Amino acid sequence: MKITEQEVRYVAGLANLRLSDAEVAKFQVDLDQILEHMDKLNELDTGSAAPMSQVLYEAEDTATLRPDVPVPPLGNQAALANAPDSGAGYFKVPQVIER
Amino acid sequence: MEIACLTIDEIREGLLARRFRAEELAAEALRFAEEENPKTGAYLHFSPERALTAARRVDEKIARGEDPGALAGVPVAVKDVIVTRGIRTTCGSKLLENYIPPYDATAIVRLEEAGGLIIGKTNCDEFAMGSSTENSAFGPVRNPVAPDRVPGGSSGGSAAAVAQGTAVVALGSDTGGSIRQPASFCGVSGVTPTYGRVSRYGLTAFASSLDHIGPFARTVKDAARVLGVIAGRDPRDSTSAEAPVPDYTKALDGNVKGLKLGLPREYLKDMTSESGSLIYRGVEVLRQLGCEVREIGLPHTDYAIASYYIIATAEASSNLARYDGVRYTFRSADSASLAEMYRNTRGEGFGAECKRRIMLGTYVLSAGYYDSYYLKAQKVRGLIARDFRQAFEEVDAVVAPVSPFPAFRLGEKVDDPLAMYLSDIFTITGSLAGIPCMSVPCGRTAEGLPVGMQLLTRHFGETTMFRIADAFEKAGGLN
Repeated sequence: MKITEQEVRYVAGLANLRLSDAEVAKFQVDLDQILEHMDKLNELDTGSAAPMSQVLYEAEDTATLRPDVPVPPLGNQAALANAPDSGAGYFKVPQVIER
Repeated sequence: MEIACLTIDEIREGLLARRFRAEELAAEALRFAEEENPKTGAYLHFSPERALTAARRVDEKIARGEDPGALAGVPVAVKDVIVTRGIRTTCGSKLLENYIPPYDATAIVRLEEAGGLIIGKTNCDEFAMGSSTENSAFGPVRNPVAPDRVPGGSSGGSAAAVAQGTAVVALGSDTGGSIRQPASFCGVSGVTPTYGRVSRYGLTAFASSLDHIGPFARTVKDAARVLGVIAGRDPRDSTSAEAPVPDYTKALDGNVKGLKLGLPREYLKDMTSESGSLIYRGVEVLRQLGCEVREIGLPHTDYAIASYYIIATAEASSNLARYDGVRYTFRSADSASLAEMYRNTRGEGFGAECKRRIMLGTYVLSAGYYDSYYLKAQKVRGLIARDFRQAFEEVDAVVAPVSPFPAFRLGEKVDDPLAMYLSDIFTITGSLAGIPCMSVPCGRTAEGLPVGMQLLTRHFGETTMFRIADAFEKAGGLN
């Protein structure tokens, strides 16, 4: 067993996902099977290999830099247009701090 | 006007010869697409105002004697993970059902500057996660060639629209095969360019180090033209490449004599199926056109699936953290606290496959597992990229299948996520290496299902890739 029910609930908490009991049971089976397959990587000695976090090719050192030219921002109204709840120019959310 | 089989060149000729106006073409394309759409469900929604406005601009340019652009009057379908200002962009998710982006993706801006007409947004797996388009919150898409089968995924709607003839070309996105696999299932060409060749600005992020935008088309030439328009450096995407964009269509002269093609011996054991035998026949056609074919080694192939599904889900779990009920339209009702609102919104909003991948990605990044999964996977990714670098010292292109099997039946594989992941084996290796790859139609099975042949070349080797694909197409493929 690669992952327990308790671990599934813990990871769901880290990911801010509310899962039903049925989902927890299903994901335990799925993740267990998938993680089992991933163990295949341990067959391979990667000792000296460098991790590849990005696709890199020949380019100038400054290739990813652009001139620092100010451009007009999106604007308050457009930024809030898709918010489920907003007011006074802000995103509104349920109470954060308990008194 | 026969919309369903027009090419970009034919549209251009018709416009310049004043046989029809772009506005007429747009209206007819929209009418035809809306009429045909119920057969496949390729489109989620249409954008008539946007298409007609763009068409009028093309007509005005032609009236003034100006060049109307490389894609003048061309009806384009766009996968609904690419943002379009003022046009709903759902990503196939309940979470974004009513999301109206305040800006356009760079690829969209470039398409329209070149005279392209955005006629609608196409269905896809939720946040581009899937290989069948069955993970959309808005229902599946049917394969136009065989309506009881999937169109592939995740860009299934875009592939289906082009195959059905309701768009001349389409944009999709590819993270682990999401353009090439549906292209092969629907019998059209689909291109995943070099990583960084097309700006990702405005492509809803799934796995940022693997995400690409690319075209679907019914001919290699049309796909090459669209890529030429959307490719190039964009200051808004720091991973977009500076390299100049050649005119890809110039290489399409049918001459492939002396080009060296590699057939990876690690793939051969998975090529015993009917799809595999069609690839062998495709390779034989290329040999007769003058290509030299040899076996090559890609020794780390067996580790690609594990590496990919660790890296892609890790990146996805971070990228999808933004859908928390604050900014993007959907929020679960009646949560007592902020934390509960996050959990409820995401629990109700995401479909099963997104949740599964968020869980997997969060797990492999969590304390104690980072080194053994994420770091290990990145090291293996480096080895897979090295395999290709070494292969391209010997050969100009690699030839491979796209999928181990042709389009499967709706519902046939939904219950076995690992099996679905494992079927991505041929597309994932090229994705991890970040090299250009495409699927070009390579005959049909006895049941009449399309099969695609994959061509992969070195970074920025799109010209060679298109040259081979076009020569294959001109030779009649397997038809």
